[in-house]
Amino acid sequence: MNHTAIIPSRKSLESVAVPAMAFLVSMALFGGFCVLWGAPFWSVFGSIYRAGFGSWYSWQNSLLRAAPLMLCGLCTALPARAGIITVGNEGAFVMGGLAAAAAGLSTQSAPAWISLLAMAAAGGFAGGVWIAVAAGLQHYRGVNAVISSLLLNYIAIALMLQLVEGPMRDPASLNFPATHPILESHQLGHLFNSRVHMGLVFGVVASLLAWFLLERTVWGMKVKVVGGNPRTARLVGLPLGAVILTASFIGGACAGLAGMVEVAAVHGRASHAIAAGYGYVGILVAFLSRQSPLRILIVSLVLGAVIASGGSLQRDLDLPDATIAVFEGITFLLILASETLYGRFEFFRVTNDAP
Amino acid sequence: MTKSHLLSRRKFITSLTAAGTAIALLKPSLVKAAEPPLVMGFLYGGPKNDLGYNQAHAEGKQSVMALPFVRAVEEANVLETVSVEESMRNMIHQDGARAIFATSYGYLDPFVLRIARENPNTQFFHCGGFYREGIDPPNIGIYFGFIDEVEYLAGLTAGLMSRTGRLGFVAAKPIPQVLRNINSFMLGARSVNPSASMKVIFTGDWVLPVREAEAASSLADQGVDVLTGHTGSPRVIVQVAERRGIWATGYQFNQSVVAPHRFLTGAEWSWGVVYKRYAQMIHDGKSVTNGTIPRRMAGTLKDQFCRLSPFGSAVTPDVRNKVAHAQQQLLSSSQAIYQGPLRDNTGKVVVPAGKTISIEDPVLDRMNWLLEGIEGNVRGL
Repeated sequence: MNHTAIIPSRKSLESVAVPAMAFLVSMALFGGFCVLWGAPFWSVFGSIYRAGFGSWYSWQNSLLRAAPLMLCGLCTALPARAGIITVGNEGAFVMGGLAAAAAGLSTQSAPAWISLLAMAAAGGFAGGVWIAVAAGLQHYRGVNAVISSLLLNYIAIALMLQLVEGPMRDPASLNFPATHPILESHQLGHLFNSRVHMGLVFGVVASLLAWFLLERTVWGMKVKVVGGNPRTARLVGLPLGAVILTASFIGGACAGLAGMVEVAAVHGRASHAIAAGYGYVGILVAFLSRQSPLRILIVSLVLGAVIASGGSLQRDLDLPDATIAVFEGITFLLILASETLYGRFEFFRVTNDAP
Repeated sequence: MTKSHLLSRRKFITSLTAAGTAIALLKPSLVKAAEPPLVMGFLYGGPKNDLGYNQAHAEGKQSVMALPFVRAVEEANVLETVSVEESMRNMIHQDGARAIFATSYGYLDPFVLRIARENPNTQFFHCGGFYREGIDPPNIGIYFGFIDEVEYLAGLTAGLMSRTGRLGFVAAKPIPQVLRNINSFMLGARSVNPSASMKVIFTGDWVLPVREAEAASSLADQGVDVLTGHTGSPRVIVQVAERRGIWATGYQFNQSVVAPHRFLTGAEWSWGVVYKRYAQMIHDGKSVTNGTIPRRMAGTLKDQFCRLSPFGSAVTPDVRNKVAHAQQQLLSSSQAIYQGPLRDNTGKVVVPAGKTISIEDPVLDRMNWLLEGIEGNVRGL
């Protein structure tokens, strides 16, 4: 009779190798797709590399795109560690942006830093509540959080449109309904002399903090026990509801903060344009990272670069505008499919005969 | 280290020789092409094959490429966020674009404003925006068309072809630009059928194909026999009409391909005319920054900024003649479309008797009413 013991280091290697493999295969498939559209295989990747990492100029582009992805990735990753799969990132992002705009507009007379703090707090709170609601519905009422959070996205966007085109509308925004603009002096600035805004700092700090919370605190241990085996968690007397709700709230707060950055650093106001789909890409980021905050940093950067290259692919290689969406789609499918591969490779486990 | 150095030097010399040969071979053509082409960069908010707003602009870009001195680059599906800033920067720095055409409404503030400040030597042209003199950077021009007259003619065609006199309009948002089209369509229909009525459904956003199809279907269920719309692309609205066996008129672009039997005509943009005019002016050394290109370039049917789609096969010669006659009257200015007295659907007089509003009058850009006979609400409910 064979016993299968898994050596920890090999196991963590597995959790890097499997998604990396899935990513490579999806790159190859994507390259094949581009060849079908008449673009040479290697030029596609050359183009992506140049547009994403070719120079400091393109690095800035990638970092700009990576910033919201980090925060939105955490939105799925943190609740997932507590066992709740949510896809409500876009909704939390939009609610965060809307709340931040409201906070910014009502603190016009306050000093800039207070106004920004209020915007960040409002954005984070709104996003946090949005995801906590979905998680709470699953934990307490048995409503599947994937479904409810997906539907909450539509509700968030509808609510945002309703407010932006109704009570919160700047009457001067005739053909482009939007809120009043936030004072320019109260907007989020750029990093040093670059085009990259402060959102990147938020993203990096949030990812590091999330890692610290999960790996170096008692709370993080609780989250992992609850997510890993709820029955055990209940057995040892962990407050499941509280752990799930806080993890989901913090995750949602990250997406809400991304929405705040979008309003405070990019648009300067809330309008339908803040629903730009970062939330949905965040789901992909979280799954590619296997819900690990540190990997989210790297994956966001890579995906940010890929997204940044979308324009070059159109202009240099004459590929259709949906090319990047195809890439994201292929990757997501393969990452989901690769979940079934864990534990199937001999290499990642060690068999020893029981004495 | 040394090795790679040697290699790169050899590579360098090889490529230098190759370049020299190439220049020697191509010399005659090189002299001819001494003048760098005028690079124009186009950005669209959606896909360029949407049979709608974006395709109309992409078609304009296609036709400007026919000019020998123009090289045009484009990016589609560019979102109204950092994406559009980065795309504009890339076009300027990587492709050498000297003129940027930002076609989506939401690009202007703050994105085009920001990039225009950053690149004072590049000219930016935005479709449909409001320029604030003295506040916004001087290297921005605005272009737009007044399509009310073409909507009027499409409505007139609808009024002549309809048997029930009930029309259906699926619209994105109750903003002035959309309300103008609804009202001018209605005015056209009413000019030939005074008892015509119309029902409007607002979907809430520019591209919501499923909701547009639902709205179009529900209008068909309620007995309208002509459907039209103002969304990013009324393609699905026209498709529903074809399936339900009622008439359709299009908007933005020619949608006849999706309704070969039921398409009557439509109001479409002809941006190629505008883009060619800009290309010629920039080629001649003019610029919006120093005022040699007008800050605002707006045109009507007469200026060929917009046109009526070719009639579908179902439109009878008699109807075609009547529409052509009305078009002639509009072109000769003997007929205006916003002529008092006009009442809105709450009974308020919006244009008093004896008063005529020119379609270029900015007062129409603040329109917040729907004509009497239109069932619908300007609050979008």
